Amino acid sequence: MISPLRIPVAALEKTGRLGFGLRNAAYVFFAHVLYISELAYKTVVRAPLLFKNVSLSIEQMYIIGLESLGLVAVTSVFVGGEAVVQATYQFSGYVTLRYLGMVVCKALITELCPVITALVVSSRISTAIAAEIGSMKATEQLDAMACLSLDPIRYLIVPKTIACVCMMPVLVIFSELVAFTASIITALLFTDVSLTTYLLSLRMFFFPKDLFIGVAKTMVFGMVIAMTGAHFGFQSTKGAEGVGEATTKAVMTAAVLILVFDFVIAFLVL
Amino acid sequence: MDIQDALRPRPPDQRPAHSNNKTKLKIEHLRKHFGAVLVLDDVNLDVKSGEIMCVIGQSGHGKSVILKHIMGLMIPDGGRIALDGATYSTPTSKPVDFEEPRRKLGMLFQGAALFDSKNVGENIAFPLREHTDLSENEIRDVVAEGLEMVGLQGIEEKMPSELSGGMRSRVGLARAISMKPEVMLYDEPTSALDPIMGDKINDLILDLRRKLGMTSIVVTHDMSSAYKIADHIAMIYQGRIIYAGTPGEIRASRDPYVQQFIRGQRKLHYAVEDEKVYEAPVDINKLRPAYRPGQHRG
Ligand SMILES: Nc1ncnc2c1ncn2[C@@H]1O[C@H](COP(=O)(O)OP(=O)(O)OP(=O)(O)O)[C@@H](O)[C@H]1O
Ligand SMILES: [Mg+2]
Repeated sequence: MISPLRIPVAALEKTGRLGFGLRNAAYVFFAHVLYISELAYKTVVRAPLLFKNVSLSIEQMYIIGLESLGLVAVTSVFVGGEAVVQATYQFSGYVTLRYLGMVVCKALITELCPVITALVVSSRISTAIAAEIGSMKATEQLDAMACLSLDPIRYLIVPKTIACVCMMPVLVIFSELVAFTASIITALLFTDVSLTTYLLSLRMFFFPKDLFIGVAKTMVFGMVIAMTGAHFGFQSTKGAEGVGEATTKAVMTAAVLILVFDFVIAFLVL
Repeated sequence: MDIQDALRPRPPDQRPAHSNNKTKLKIEHLRKHFGAVLVLDDVNLDVKSGEIMCVIGQSGHGKSVILKHIMGLMIPDGGRIALDGATYSTPTSKPVDFEEPRRKLGMLFQGAALFDSKNVGENIAFPLREHTDLSENEIRDVVAEGLEMVGLQGIEEKMPSELSGGMRSRVGLARAISMKPEVMLYDEPTSALDPIMGDKINDLILDLRRKLGMTSIVVTHDMSSAYKIADHIAMIYQGRIIYAGTPGEIRASRDPYVQQFIRGQRKLHYAVEDEKVYEAPVDINKLRPAYRPGQHRG
């Protein structure tokens, strides 16, 4: 029989293991972040070369922008609607619904639309980038590029990064338009606020700075999406399994980094 | 191409002596392991300018790995590689060290490695567009000419996914030779091809040497094409070059491993009737057991 004294010891041991596990996970995460920063640096350095092959970036903008449009539209409808429902519930009994529009507007333009759009786009695009680069690695296409003195960062990563950085603000503005429309419809259908009251309150305390920061930070998120996808694609091991793993890691890391950057930007700018 | 012409055997003595005895590419004591598996143990290879060197050896014994080291796609664990007398690949090489030699080198990958997102024409035009000053019209001509050389005229608009394995391999070849490298590495150029097309590619390799003085290293399993094109044949066995010689010499060799391979036998036949004749250049059994290659292969 196990002596009861061993139970706390065993518990401590388990916690210790968990601690080491967490520590290792943290090391791995920071190692990846370092590599991603290095890749970002290399990409930024090569960005001016973009003007020699603009068509590559334009092609990527089409792909990244158009492919994400439907997804962003659908999520934005629910984000806008949900914001109204949630605000109404939180207000009920305390705050008059005259301020409903103001709260919804602030929430949408500063946080909800930029962050949720970035997360949704990252689930679509950083995985796509990781899978594309990973399968190019598996089929030796990256080696072939090296043999032909074609720099993969310049020809593959720079166009994708530029496209992500340019398309994210566009997507987020689109998302905000859809979300506002959805919020207006929801407010009219499910709350007792009239259209004029709601529209007036939307404009209450509206600062262009909020909108600007909300849109501008998505450029950082676009960079994060492209870089994590590229990094895990380059890192992937041979074969289909490696590609699958790369896409999972890419989307996980992108999500974490988007939230981290969101916090840092809020901390610095606000 | 006329089938009769393709099938007609060519006497080996008609082979022009292009080699001017100047060493083009020199590999010394190349060593590489992946994890616990020692793939290349001690590879030494001396390729003369303008010569066609065939590398033969069993599957999984490191032929592709040698080519990848020459291209600078892998960093060796030991040894060095020199092109035109200038050493560029050592265990301490950085990626920039390979930029210069890569301009002189071209490689056909075993799986062709075509860019899937580009069509055939774009695949071939991509490096030309980036590295040469040719106009779009000239590039189109070079692409058409390259495809013609490998017997695939008029497929510029096709995507790589629409091609068969042998067609992909030939497009890869057209892409590599369109840059006119000084040294061309072929990783099994004919293994995915039918005999007639294989012979056309063999002729192409000979032609490139005749017209451009191109030095070639051809990895192949196909002994008939090796005999046809090679000036020298090197055999790799368990991470070492165990024999290098002219096709005639290799055919006459008494080395059991060489004989086993070139005759396609499953069993080793030692030359027992005269024990002095058989001296394996490398005694595999004397390798340190910890580094014994090939153990991990199924
Ligand atoms: N990137 C790599 N990582 C780990 N092991 C590798 C790698 N590349 C090659 N190997 C190992 O090196 C050995 C030699 O591989 P290589 O591709 O050179 O064989 P090969 O002689 O070209 O065979 P084949 O004729 O089938 O093409 C194999 O055992 C393979 O498992
Ligand atoms: Mg091979």
